[in-house]
Amino acid sequence: MPQMNMIQALNSAMDIMLGRDPNVVVLGEDVGYFGGVFRVTDGLQRKYGEHRVLDTPIAEGAIVGAAIGMGVNGLRPVAEVQFADYIYPACDQIFSELARLRYRSAGEFWAPVTIRTPCGGGIRGGQTHSQSPEGIFTHVCGIKVVMPSNPYDAKGLLIASIEDDDPVVFFEPKRIYNGPFDGDPNKPAVPWSTHPKGEVPDGYYTVPIGKAEVVRKGAQVTIVTYGTMVYVCEAAARSLGLDAEIIDVRTMVPLDVDTICTSVKKTGRCLIAHEATRFSGFGAELSATIQEECFWDLEAPIQRVAGWDTPYPHAFEWEYFPGPQRVAGGLKAVMETP
Amino acid sequence: MPRRSRLHIPQHHSRPGEEPDFSYLETSPAGAVGRPDVNARVRDIGHLAVELVRVLDDDHGAAGPWHPHLDPPELQVGLRHMLLTRIFDDRMQRAQRTGKISFYMRSFGEEAVSVAQCMALRPRDMLFPSYRNQGLYVVRGKPLVELMCQLLSNTRDMCKGRQLPVMYHWKDGRIFSISGNLTTQFPQAVGWAMAAAIKGEDDIAVSWIGEGSSAEADFHHAMLFASVYQAPVILNVVNNQWAISTFQGFAGGEQRSFAARGPGYGMAGVRVDGNDFLAVYAVTQWAAERARTGAGPTLIEHVTYRGAAHSTSDDPSRYRPKDDYEKWPLGDPVERLKNHLISLGEWSEERHAALVKELEEHVLESWKEAVQYGTLTDGPRLSRDLMWEDVFKEMPEHLRKQREQLRAEQGG
Repeated sequence: MPQMNMIQALNSAMDIMLGRDPNVVVLGEDVGYFGGVFRVTDGLQRKYGEHRVLDTPIAEGAIVGAAIGMGVNGLRPVAEVQFADYIYPACDQIFSELARLRYRSAGEFWAPVTIRTPCGGGIRGGQTHSQSPEGIFTHVCGIKVVMPSNPYDAKGLLIASIEDDDPVVFFEPKRIYNGPFDGDPNKPAVPWSTHPKGEVPDGYYTVPIGKAEVVRKGAQVTIVTYGTMVYVCEAAARSLGLDAEIIDVRTMVPLDVDTICTSVKKTGRCLIAHEATRFSGFGAELSATIQEECFWDLEAPIQRVAGWDTPYPHAFEWEYFPGPQRVAGGLKAVMETP
Repeated sequence: MPRRSRLHIPQHHSRPGEEPDFSYLETSPAGAVGRPDVNARVRDIGHLAVELVRVLDDDHGAAGPWHPHLDPPELQVGLRHMLLTRIFDDRMQRAQRTGKISFYMRSFGEEAVSVAQCMALRPRDMLFPSYRNQGLYVVRGKPLVELMCQLLSNTRDMCKGRQLPVMYHWKDGRIFSISGNLTTQFPQAVGWAMAAAIKGEDDIAVSWIGEGSSAEADFHHAMLFASVYQAPVILNVVNNQWAISTFQGFAGGEQRSFAARGPGYGMAGVRVDGNDFLAVYAVTQWAAERARTGAGPTLIEHVTYRGAAHSTSDDPSRYRPKDDYEKWPLGDPVERLKNHLISLGEWSEERHAALVKELEEHVLESWKEAVQYGTLTDGPRLSRDLMWEDVFKEMPEHLRKQREQLRAEQGG
């Protein structure tokens, strides 16, 4: 089986879809000739031409606005927003237009747009290159929200997103582009070639949107998380010697409530972890849903571990990042209650 | 006196109780503006963004290089479409006043923009309208009953009860869904046009906004993308002088024409008398040919006047003189085309009165049929289950649950 990192896996997904479907186009800042600042679109313009892989002006609102028009005219655009921190100028086009076009036109008009955007911190990006705004998008009805945590899922979910007739905002946790990261910046980097999910088929396959994955089976506590935090949570549980069941949410909308709640009902304890800020974060929705569905099975209050409710500071990145120590603290709290 | 910096607040030319003052409006005589070749370079046609393309003169004749030389039957069709639009608007305004519909927006005074432009385009060209372009539906032949059912949010509402009145759409007629968020359709039209070019099709996209909403970022996004990719698109700014209560000076119209933003972005900009059916038709034909032959996009500023209130929720007597529309120097588009046809010996007051009567009857009959399918206040009503459909292509589990919850709340 070929080894790929997340960048290569995402590149392979777009390569396959550009090859299979003449209506797929890729557009964004620096995605064409240069191949993207993170190299995710490397080589695609050379292979498919300037009409299929388009460099654009620096105008996220226009990238998404134009992508909607392209989608209405039969194309299947994959738009890149260079950093999730830059997605806000496009939000009117995403929230008011892309998300609701099918609804407002009673199904006559729709645009199958996928918006890829790298998110998350731990790369010394400061407060304008580190954000995790996924929760904001889950609050808008009409868009699907996806965040993979490994190369295999990244490729399968991106192909599924491109093929999906609903709009998808696809978050790429950039700290784990090159390898899984357990939250300790002082350890040597680990490449994806050391991880089973770094094995990625060359050809076409999909990972279904709307399905969470139990990445580790366990009995004592359920950890519900996604993106980079999957590996941080694994490390934290390991450090405490806990038999934790770890669920990678993968798709926030639509949410796989069954997989999550089946696990929480089994373990009776739950910790939710994400890198995004805590207040009104996606963890709040997870916590509320789990409480509603699993209240009588819970042995302890649900714990949330998240980024602080401050901007992501450049100099205090590792104080901000919800690393294994903070997760372990949350795990201790959820295990302590009798 | 030492010079100081200053803050300029655009001043309205006349307020309620004052004499309407349109001295700010710069016009050109009919027939005076040159018509460049459709392949002319942007740098060579800057005058089009400054002068005012006019064909119909004050004596009801037609003159100059922009004269489209349409046959009288075609002009009669144009007159009919404009009149039908106006009569439909009047009837729907009254329906709102009697509580049958919740909201309405008339296009009074601006009928030539939609009607002449749509007639100058091909049926396959894709239209991305604003909320004051009902003339497009009239020209492309959407039955009025269907528009009325949308206004009534009744059982035959094309929007299934989801949109405010006038936010129509028509996929088969190639008219895009109207959004209440202004100017969002501008970059979408450009994207549509880019896709047409990518696919090698020669359909073009055409979009409309008001001069007030040219202030939105989406205007600039659309202009930039249209210019960068030379997209086959016509972008129209309908300068009806008013954005609800603020006049066009607050959108930047005091210092330079809106059309001049075209050359500013490296694309053709044309300023046209929007109440002159022939001029609007000719300019649109020119811009469409430019787009279709790879010569690039065009920004058209239609100088017109919002003769009525912004909407049924607006009262313009609070911010502008009551008789301002009668004093508008560019006249009324319906009257001007009518008088031109009479001067050609192809129309008469009698024929005009008969046409008005026929169209009024048609509108009334359509209304009688539409209300049979329900109104906001009287049944039959749409199924509430429609609320959950089309959020996504397939209904996800959480929406299914909410649908069941509402069913349980209300029974049935």
